[in-house]
Amino acid sequence: MRPVLYVLTFLAVIALGFWAYRENYATQASLRDVRHLQGEIANLREALSVQRAEWAYLNRPDRLRELAGLNFDRLGLLPMEPGQFGTAAQVAYPVPEIPAIIGPVDVIGDISAVEDTAADQAETIAAQAAEQGL
Amino acid sequence: MTMRTPLRPLARILKARAHGENPDLIERENLARRHEAMRERTHSRAAARLGLLAVAFGAFYLTIGIRMGHLAASEPSEPVASAPGAEIVAQRADITDRNGRILATNMTTQALYAHPKVMVDPKGSAQKLAAIFPELDAAVLERRFTDGRSFIWIRKVLSPEQVQLVHEIGDPGLLFGPREMRLYPNGTLAAHVLGGYAFGAEGVHSAEVIGTAGIEKAMDARLRDPAQGGEPLTLSIDLTVQATVEELLGAAITALNAKGGAVIMMDVRSGEIIAMASAPTFDPNDRPVPLVSKDAEASDSPLFNRAVQGVYELGSTFKIFAVAQAMELGLVNPQTMVDANAPMIWGKHKIKEFEGHNYGPLLSVTDVITKSSNVGTAHIALMIGPLRQQAFLKSLGLFDPTPLELIEAPGAKPLIPRKWPEIVTITTSYGHGMSASPMHLAAAYAAIANGGIYVKPTLLKQSGPARGTRVMSEEVARESRKMLRRVVTDGTASLGEVPGYEVAGKTGTADKPKKSGGYYKDKVINTFAAMFPASDPRYVLIVTLDEPVDTSGPKPKRTAGWTSVPVAAEMIRRIAPILGLRPQLELPDRSTLTAAGN
Repeated sequence: MRPVLYVLTFLAVIALGFWAYRENYATQASLRDVRHLQGEIANLREALSVQRAEWAYLNRPDRLRELAGLNFDRLGLLPMEPGQFGTAAQVAYPVPEIPAIIGPVDVIGDISAVEDTAADQAETIAAQAAEQGL
Repeated sequence: MTMRTPLRPLARILKARAHGENPDLIERENLARRHEAMRERTHSRAAARLGLLAVAFGAFYLTIGIRMGHLAASEPSEPVASAPGAEIVAQRADITDRNGRILATNMTTQALYAHPKVMVDPKGSAQKLAAIFPELDAAVLERRFTDGRSFIWIRKVLSPEQVQLVHEIGDPGLLFGPREMRLYPNGTLAAHVLGGYAFGAEGVHSAEVIGTAGIEKAMDARLRDPAQGGEPLTLSIDLTVQATVEELLGAAITALNAKGGAVIMMDVRSGEIIAMASAPTFDPNDRPVPLVSKDAEASDSPLFNRAVQGVYELGSTFKIFAVAQAMELGLVNPQTMVDANAPMIWGKHKIKEFEGHNYGPLLSVTDVITKSSNVGTAHIALMIGPLRQQAFLKSLGLFDPTPLELIEAPGAKPLIPRKWPEIVTITTSYGHGMSASPMHLAAAYAAIANGGIYVKPTLLKQSGPARGTRVMSEEVARESRKMLRRVVTDGTASLGEVPGYEVAGKTGTADKPKKSGGYYKDKVINTFAAMFPASDPRYVLIVTLDEPVDTSGPKPKRTAGWTSVPVAAEMIRRIAPILGLRPQLELPDRSTLTAAGN
């Protein structure tokens, strides 16, 4: 029994050593990766700050004013004026949609006889429909 | 383990008894031996424990010592396996306006230095460098390369193109070090607020960036705090408003042939400075050197911040303070008639009105402000008396430097006469004799606009209305605003009317004092202190022009009503919509038009 135990222990030690060896190298590789990534993050951050600075530089009010002047023909941009404010009441209501005609009815006869109002017209159409036995 | 010896071994006892000896002696002897053995054992165990403890302590301190020695001897490095975001993002925090638009940021560039001892061709390199950088002198550079020193700084910041050109020289003695520099992408915009930067302690791998003026210096500790490096400093300045104000101020200075000018725009509820401009201005990216010549006035330098450092006699703009205080004390009401018979004789002094007018003999308090009567204000000030007048002006912050977050602010102390006889009471009531900066005036007018509560001006963005101290009742503030509104509708500031925004304000035209004493006849400081909309003021606008003159008419006009007021009106017309203030306009009813279109 005892020799078996010895052999097993020995094998376990070898296995653990192998595992520790691999873990060591895996850790070192991860650290290298992290260092690389952090370098990349630093580079990207720097690039970001340069781009933010450039964005601010390109959007400086002097330049925008000049561009608005140069492109006045196309854009027609003018400084904001008090007269450009409006109220909600000034916005027109949307035009009511006319419902789709679902069951058109052919009307044959003298139209001038039914020209009074829309209501009359509807009544007449209904009456005509009834006459036709629909 | 040794055999335990019995205390009374029978053999010895019997033997002792046979010899007639006392057997108890044997027992005692054995007992003593046993105790001796026990003592020995305890002693050695204690000694062993103490030894172990000593070794443990020794190992412990040795570990600490080795670790400390290691830390002291090794180069510092960032922890690699830490979570992202823990490292310092920037050496110096950005500065942004109230909407997050960048006013100041950092950029990485290269600094150029030389190791002359490893240079291949010092003479040729010096000439080539001088060709790249016009400000360098080839002869001086060559001398410095060859006089035996081993290290020279050549330039602090280089553009990528310049770095490439230096690379093309190809001398191994020319080396680059990374440099974080400060960049103000908007150029001259808000230059006096921002100030400028310089390099502090310099090394090959990095250099300190320190603020040299303005908010960069005043908030230096905050901007350099590594814990807040990623968080920009948000100012109360609005970039768009600031740009508009600077554009209009520049145009006004050209049109009116002025020496300079200052504009302050302040939110009356929170005390935030929305815009602050001073002209002439400068580029903080390339800060000019201060003037050093003896006879040069500080205000001649573009670095001079007229809005904060310019301490002027602000003229008639002060009149409303005397009137407001008299109303607060119950001495007068807006309809009270006061003596305004000009000229007024006080001792050896003669107090006159503008261009020798006489608005008297009696004038209502409202008309004193509307017509800007010096004599009327003088009589009101005499009712108040010097002590109460000083206390009131002090409560409006006119006696102390402004608490603004600029390094220049604490130095700009108002000029207060040391003694305060009644003649000073009279002159101060209409803004002569004591001097204050436009920023002081803005804060004091903001108190009237804010319903009588004085709020400290600030350049940092606030989250809401600030707490302040009440300096006058709400009723008095309202009456004062009505008078200021009258100044624009019927008085000296009629050009200040902006349809829809109910501008209220007071003009001030002060003759410039001569250095030798007395006043110039044809040099004035014109100020217009305005607030809008008068019924519920949100903003105070101060426009100050130095030596303006309107030459559009047959006679040159130098009063504020013709110079500062139209400038302020144009600013309000342009700025108010940007700030989202809706005009109270009667617009043509467009709904009828739309209905007809349908």
